Amino acid sequence: MDNLRKEWLLNALLAGALFAVPLWAWMANEPFIITLATRIAILAIAAVGLNIALGLGGMVSFGHALYLGVGGYVAGIAAYHAFNGTTVMGLPGTNQMLPIWGVAMVVSGLVAGIVGALSLRTSGIFFIMITLAFAQMGFFFTLSWPAYGGEDGLPIFMRNQFPGLNTARPWELFLVAYGVLLVTLALFAMLRAARFGAALMAIRQNPDRAAAIGISPFGIKLVAFVLSGMITGLAGAMMADLTRFVSPAMMAWTMSGELIVIIILGGVGRLFGPVAGAAILVGFEVFFGGLTEHWKLWLGLVLLAVVLFARGGLIGLIAGRAQNG
Amino acid sequence: MSLALVLEQLLNGVQFGLMLFLMSAGLTLVFGVMGLINLAHGSLYMIGAFLCAAVAGATGNFWLGLMAGIAAAAAAGALIEMIVIRRLYARDHLDQVLATFALILILSEGVRMVFGPFPLYLNVPDSLRGTVSLGVVDYSLYRLALIGFGLAVAVGLWALIAKTRLGIQIRAGSTDREMIAALGVNIRALYTIVFALGAALAGLAGALVGAIQSVQVGMGEPVLIVAFVVIVIGGIGSIKGAMVGALLVGVIDTMGRFLLPRIFATFMDTSQAMGVGAALASMLIYLLMALVLIFRPKGLFPAHG
Repeated sequence: MDNLRKEWLLNALLAGALFAVPLWAWMANEPFIITLATRIAILAIAAVGLNIALGLGGMVSFGHALYLGVGGYVAGIAAYHAFNGTTVMGLPGTNQMLPIWGVAMVVSGLVAGIVGALSLRTSGIFFIMITLAFAQMGFFFTLSWPAYGGEDGLPIFMRNQFPGLNTARPWELFLVAYGVLLVTLALFAMLRAARFGAALMAIRQNPDRAAAIGISPFGIKLVAFVLSGMITGLAGAMMADLTRFVSPAMMAWTMSGELIVIIILGGVGRLFGPVAGAAILVGFEVFFGGLTEHWKLWLGLVLLAVVLFARGGLIGLIAGRAQNG
Repeated sequence: MSLALVLEQLLNGVQFGLMLFLMSAGLTLVFGVMGLINLAHGSLYMIGAFLCAAVAGATGNFWLGLMAGIAAAAAAGALIEMIVIRRLYARDHLDQVLATFALILILSEGVRMVFGPFPLYLNVPDSLRGTVSLGVVDYSLYRLALIGFGLAVAVGLWALIAKTRLGIQIRAGSTDREMIAALGVNIRALYTIVFALGAALAGLAGALVGAIQSVQVGMGEPVLIVAFVVIVIGGIGSIKGAMVGALLVGVIDTMGRFLLPRIFATFMDTSQAMGVGAALASMLIYLLMALVLIFRPKGLFPAHG
């Protein structure tokens, strides 16, 4: 079987398993497992966002937790004002997911636009560090800004609603997350196959040659970075609704590290890399976390082994090197 | 707001800056000579602090603890370099970030397994307790000693790099790696020595700061991120840049936290001013870094041209 077909088979298997396991849990009345699957789906959406910048564009953003946090705070602040009937900057709060997602994507897109426009002037280690610095600014700002809970975070008392579903039920919330995951994956696949994706990958492989054939690296990279931030912001809004809590920890640098880890464990630039990586990370945490309190030691060892010896991640291990890497 | 208070905060800023310099010097050397981003540098800081606290606690002697902390950090650094880091020199930055992120997980859990989940306490040595009068202000003797230590190490490091054979090799290594290997310098040994030297400085900083903060798992990462800010501002690979950057960041951070809430309090109500001032002050050094990168994308003192 050739590698391309193996990858499609593996993708179908991952998509199927991520649906079948919670379906079984729903029938067996195991809400904990459904919530785990929802967390995998939402983390995967966040990582699909990062995969556009990192996987396709080669932009090592060490600050994507910023967009996760911005999305989360949009959801938290909207629910907060809807709950106590006050307004924010003249706008009423809302407890409807769809408008919240829209605002979360616009705001995180704006933030990503500013960060990207400034950061893309640099490259290499400087790019890594400046994206980290912007995320740290967000982290410390939310930590010390008292209006929305500061250090203590902001609880969401009632989970926001999705038309036609009862999001308080784990299974129905999972369906929302799974649906959004499939849409973002389709978007990623379309983007990668489009002229835009080809230009972006050309810039990653050789910016000088790309410029020589008339592609402007800065503009293309900036658009990709903004798209990337918007999708991660959407995931942040959904993550806030899953945990019904927003705190500065969503913007912590370790969260940015985790998003990169997810992509590496799954496979950089691969369509289902984020899904595989999120499943491995959450699965590892639950399985080894139950066996030993020192599970992070083992996670570190596995991660080190993957970086040193298995650079394609899980999908690379099974389906060979990327076709377009 | 008295002059004494301002002077005290200024000295605190300088002291913080010099401790940051100890951290940053190792980071910037490792990047300058080997081209490696080492996120695990903060773990070496933590190892220095833990060993110092454990040995000082067991023997009752801070200075023995300090020696143990430095030695343990240097040994851990050399070991990590030989087992893991060596394989990363030829890799891209992404692999380096991830592998050293993995090292943080491993070392933090490792320290937690050995020393338990609770913070250790490390007392200031008896000979450096109390305050000393500096004219207008009574200042902590220990913090003053930290300033002295920091300056002494900076001079020592400058002498090492400017005046010794090892220093010539380090400078040559950061300019052209292949060439000095071709000239017969044992480049593998040189890399291990540079890494262990950086680790020893981080361990020294951890042990010294451990006496005024609690010694706990995860103490290294906040300092690490600020040290990255320092070397990016100063210019990666430049010791002089690390010194200037460290002092800038130390003083601006400390004075910002002290002054901004007071400045805002002059035109808004006090509790609000505290909130806004504190929020802005905690972002100040990152703003400074962003500004430096926008106007001087290679830092204030670029190491290479």
